[in-house]
Amino acid sequence: MKYYDKLIFELSRQGRVGYTLPRNNWEKSADEIPAMLCRSVEAELPQVSELDVVRHYTNLSNMNFGVDTGFYPLGSCTMKYNPKINEEIAAMACFRDIHPLQPDCSVQGVLEVYDGLCRSLEAITGMAKFTLNPFAGAHGELTGLMVIRRYHELRGDDKRTKVIVPDSAHGTNPASAAVCGLNVVEVKSTADGCIDIDALRPLLDDTVAGIMMTNPNTLGLFETRIREIADMVHACGGLLYYDGANFNPLLGKVRPGDMGFDVLHLNLHKTFSTPHGGGGPGSGPVGVAKHLANCLPDMRVEHGDDGMLHCVSHPDATGQISGFMGNFGVILRAYAYILMLGKENIKLAGRLATLNANYVKESLKDCYKLPIEKVCKHEFVFDGLADKSTGVTTLDVAKRLLDYGFHAPTIYFPLLFHQAIMIEPTETESKETIDAFIEVMQRIAGEAIEMPDELHTAPHTTPVRRLDETTAAKHPVITYAELRLCNQPT
Amino acid sequence: MAKTIEGLFYSESHEWIKVEGEYGYIGISDHAQEAMGNIVYVDMPEEDDEVAQGEDFGAVESVKAASDLISPVSGTVVEVNEALGDTPELLNQNAYDNWIIKVKISNPAELDNLMDATAYEEYCKNEQH
Repeated sequence: MKYYDKLIFELSRQGRVGYTLPRNNWEKSADEIPAMLCRSVEAELPQVSELDVVRHYTNLSNMNFGVDTGFYPLGSCTMKYNPKINEEIAAMACFRDIHPLQPDCSVQGVLEVYDGLCRSLEAITGMAKFTLNPFAGAHGELTGLMVIRRYHELRGDDKRTKVIVPDSAHGTNPASAAVCGLNVVEVKSTADGCIDIDALRPLLDDTVAGIMMTNPNTLGLFETRIREIADMVHACGGLLYYDGANFNPLLGKVRPGDMGFDVLHLNLHKTFSTPHGGGGPGSGPVGVAKHLANCLPDMRVEHGDDGMLHCVSHPDATGQISGFMGNFGVILRAYAYILMLGKENIKLAGRLATLNANYVKESLKDCYKLPIEKVCKHEFVFDGLADKSTGVTTLDVAKRLLDYGFHAPTIYFPLLFHQAIMIEPTETESKETIDAFIEVMQRIAGEAIEMPDELHTAPHTTPVRRLDETTAAKHPVITYAELRLCNQPT
Repeated sequence: MAKTIEGLFYSESHEWIKVEGEYGYIGISDHAQEAMGNIVYVDMPEEDDEVAQGEDFGAVESVKAASDLISPVSGTVVEVNEALGDTPELLNQNAYDNWIIKVKISNPAELDNLMDATAYEEYCKNEQH
């Protein structure tokens, strides 16, 4: 791997360009643009040739690590392989070259894809109706909570402001509830990693808007008492929200709708094999039970009397949560994945993901501390190394994995354990790859005893060594202008 | 091994309080700072804010996670440790020299719900296993 650490701005030379613009035939002059719309300072854009741009980004991408280059066991992220047929279909001109403001009648095929994916997700999850408009998981959470709030509002029940969130929840759950203007109340887990029902019971009253649950939860454990919890929450008038981040092991096997959930979001970029990471684009469809269907946000795709599909709004809707109809390219890829697998094969995904996770867990539990001895679903959590006397931390183990060519798992989450290592192999890895990972994890546990200092300073073979996270958090340098200020001699 | 200091009261959420007359200085324990790792930000209340026992009054953010600060007593904030604004790492350097808020304690009887140093050490030991 060639070392490369240039910024595109550092390549910039005054006047260098990689394009020519056509002659400006616009009749009006730029002076007619209202002053409030004009920049006061010139935009500082890099001035580079086409070759500069191509080399720069190719060099950077060669240093990248992704599912296409190696094993990526990032827990709760479901870094499964993204089949290339998805990309081929998404690149087809009939999908790629349309405009969101085209009339409905000219994009019937696209609306059919939207409608078709909604139908598939309804069948897979047991929910009555979907919107595909949210742009990512957390956006889906916010949308789902807005739907819940809207539902209570429409019934004239305005005192339901409390959202219950387990202490093992993804951090986005309480954050989304707070953004939605609701109050978060935490409920503890029991020693076996599931929701403490006795701690939940006293929280249930007529101020509960709903409870947000992840099932299997972030420890990879199935909340087996979910029906009981659903009955309790429904009895107090609250709704159940399902965080679909961990839906992968249930794919084609268990439906949140059957567990009693009223609202859920899915992550197409996790469970349904669309590209993931690097900030998106993601997609967080929201599905609801029948009694909430009208509250879904606008716009929605409906069959009209004219036999065509149309984008329509509904008076009970929770407003509009995206400019148009979501990230269509992602929606299309997920639909391709579902159709490619089909009803029978899709069931295999969850089973194999579960098998792989349990295989890794059982193979490593002698060297790493397994806090809860149970069959897991698609992921599991170790509480650091079994032998804590070496002083080697979870961070050291994660950094050392990079030296061996593996992406690190999720670390220090969930917060239930101080040294959490959260591993999710997914169904798409071969036994050989998984065995290689297990062997390296065992070797690192041995190194922790024999040469702990080597681990404290890992990684040693990567383009950059251990990063200074403290300074990065306290004094982040985000823009080139800030960097220049930092580099100026004082 | 994380340190404790005799004479302070400790909560299950790893805050300490040092009582001086009707006032109390509140901080986080050495065990807490050790578990959190490098602390990068402390979110503090303002003077005259009310705090209640068991309720959060701020948060500590480290490179690993953000954790709520839970007040060990009820009362009124009379002073916040401004130094932590610029140098939150003081909590890592010495968790007991660097208090976070000073409160006027409204109900001294609440101190009975807290642990002494020996009980807290025992509590931390059990929590780890």
